[in-house]
Amino acid sequence: MTVQERVKQFIAKNFYVSDPSQLTDEVSLITAGYVDSTGMLEIISFLESEFAIRVEDKEAMPENLESIGRIAAFVARKQALKA
Amino acid sequence: MCGIAGSVALADGAPPPSLEDLQAMVGALRHRGPDEFGLYRDTHAALGHARLSIIDLATGQQPLCNEDGSLWVVFNGEIFNYLELRDELLALGHSFRTRSDTEVIVHAWEAWGARAFERFNGQFAIALWDAGRRRLALARDRLGVRPLYLCEHAGRLWFASEVKAIFAGDPTIPRALDPAGLAETFTFWSPVAPQTVFQGVTELEPGHARVVSRDGVEDRAFWEPRFPVAGRGAFPGSLPEAAEEVRARLEEAVRLRMLRADVPVGSYLSGGLDSSLIAALGRKVKGEKFLTFSLRFADAEYDETSFQREVAARIESDHHEVLVRREDIAEAFPAVVFHAERPLLRTAPAPLFLLSRLVRESGIKVVLTGEGADEMFAGYDLFKEGKVRRFWGRQPASTLRPRLLDRLYPYLARSPVAQQALAREFFGRGREGWAEPAFAHRIRWQGAAALQRLFHPDFQRRARSLDVVARQLARLPAPFREWSFLAQDQYLEVRTLLGAYLLSAQGDRMLMAHSVEGRFPFLDPTVVELANALPAAYKLRVLDEKHVLKRAAAGLVPEAILRRPKQPYRAPDALSFVGEGRPDWIEEVLGRPAVAEAGVFDPGAVERLWAKCRATGGAEQFSNADNMALVGALSTGLLDRQLIRPAPRREAPAELRTFVDRLPAPAGRGPAPGAERPQR
Repeated sequence: MTVQERVKQFIAKNFYVSDPSQLTDEVSLITAGYVDSTGMLEIISFLESEFAIRVEDKEAMPENLESIGRIAAFVARKQALKA
Repeated sequence: MCGIAGSVALADGAPPPSLEDLQAMVGALRHRGPDEFGLYRDTHAALGHARLSIIDLATGQQPLCNEDGSLWVVFNGEIFNYLELRDELLALGHSFRTRSDTEVIVHAWEAWGARAFERFNGQFAIALWDAGRRRLALARDRLGVRPLYLCEHAGRLWFASEVKAIFAGDPTIPRALDPAGLAETFTFWSPVAPQTVFQGVTELEPGHARVVSRDGVEDRAFWEPRFPVAGRGAFPGSLPEAAEEVRARLEEAVRLRMLRADVPVGSYLSGGLDSSLIAALGRKVKGEKFLTFSLRFADAEYDETSFQREVAARIESDHHEVLVRREDIAEAFPAVVFHAERPLLRTAPAPLFLLSRLVRESGIKVVLTGEGADEMFAGYDLFKEGKVRRFWGRQPASTLRPRLLDRLYPYLARSPVAQQALAREFFGRGREGWAEPAFAHRIRWQGAAALQRLFHPDFQRRARSLDVVARQLARLPAPFREWSFLAQDQYLEVRTLLGAYLLSAQGDRMLMAHSVEGRFPFLDPTVVELANALPAAYKLRVLDEKHVLKRAAAGLVPEAILRRPKQPYRAPDALSFVGEGRPDWIEEVLGRPAVAEAGVFDPGAVERLWAKCRATGGAEQFSNADNMALVGALSTGLLDRQLIRPAPRREAPAELRTFVDRLPAPAGRGPAPGAERPQR
């Protein structure tokens, strides 16, 4: 499974989305109402355990986390740094 | 306080209402008025009444008529200024047979027509049938303390205090959940009148009177909230003068509600400022000991026992308490939903259901409450949050301004930087629209509306075909944008939360479930007019909520009550439903077959939600949004299986105390049963 797919699966499950096909890579998770600020913390904690990365406070920004596409790109950058 | 019901033919030639139908309607309202029952019927219309006797116990039965029997009324509620109105009407030449406030309504209608309602200081839902002119008039109090539902079906208009009575009156009325009503619930927390959650059923709007006749339907607001525009109509005095006036008017409002009853009146006591002040004023006007009632919680997080006891000791009341545990909430919840007649996103009504039971068991029928103070005097965090976010929005790039949020939500200052950044992002979204109507509310509404992701895709499409926020904002009164921002926020809060949810799902319904009448001094029209006229800064002074009210309460309530930070009333939500030995209905209504049958939610989504709830134990990891989603899913399921699926319960009430049957007796048969009973 790609990073996108794993993140999407987590969001559909954890935020009980009735129609996961609505979860495109681009859709804004906050604006579309899937995730609130508490939910973002749930996503961060999922990313840290699932992909063995550490999300710094200063990285917990919408630019990195507001869509599945951005999350995947962010995870890829973090993993590249580690490698 | 009572339940009312009835029906009227909308076209000539419709068959008269059957006695069984009318009795079934009244029977469905028995909990609202267990003391006496009455019916009126003629060829066109019928009125039914279930009475909770409070004023004029001996002769206040309903339906009740004017001198010549041409005008009939059923009435739920109280007209607190009925003695003053009675004197006025006597002077105009009307004559009275009873000492009731009900009879005042009949003569006021004769004297003033639809202008009568604006003269009433009260909480009421009224149906008046003018048999001569074949006109039905319906009216509801200014803020919606008392309910009144309507449904047109097969050539008749049915109306009743509760929807279940309409369904009982004609079981052929289709029963289905309305996507627009659910969309409003999952936005505002409750449908806003005239919307309901039942297809084909509407609710008369608060402050409206409707006349239904052969000429058609005329619906008119007899009252609307007013706020100062550019200082016009503003209270002219100083802050201390305002505090003095607030105190005087509240005391008078309490006096009317404490003393205008022929049964003892008690008071709720939450331990907060509002109910403490009301109870203290109650003690003062009564001049002797009376009963107070409090909710305690086994979960310390929600409990306010020490404050309640401190006030009770201060006013020397005969204090009664009920201790609410999580399992009590789970056990009561089906009955709570049955009475609330809508999905709920919080369990908070459940403890109030248990509290009214305690009141009833203590032999009390009437209680004062502090409801309305947070709306009239700006007590909620929402008002402060709106103020801070607008301040920030005026300089959206400011990094200092958002720090004011930490003063509102001190947990933010103690949170990890990531959470602070995310919270700021959350509160700062759309801040460039700071001057737009509902700027303060949108953030809340969006939070609840996000839960519509649980809806089944088909239902979601239907729910989203209508923009319920846009529809609400399209109905704003003309001067809205000229009011202060605080006034705008107060107006929306009164309309979408106080009237639609707090006074009904959490108020009237939970009280009347155990035949208890609530009385609301903060909603007295003279108190409301004053509160609305006060400058915003008297109510919300910088970030000090209810400032003028605290000044008004000084010396009346213990110092600790004035100083304590406001504690929002809450009850354990998901936590109530996850414990060992939880009731079986929980798994049933969340299970795939029941969810699929109800058709509102996606069964898989509810399954994921419930799995998350069990995995987290409903504790901290189960977020605020998760809690609302779970309670919403449970209550929607309970609503479906109690009020939509099963055939309506049709039970006739006990003996009719009043029965007036004006149907011509069918040829060859005697009069209808009871018709010979003399009308008292």
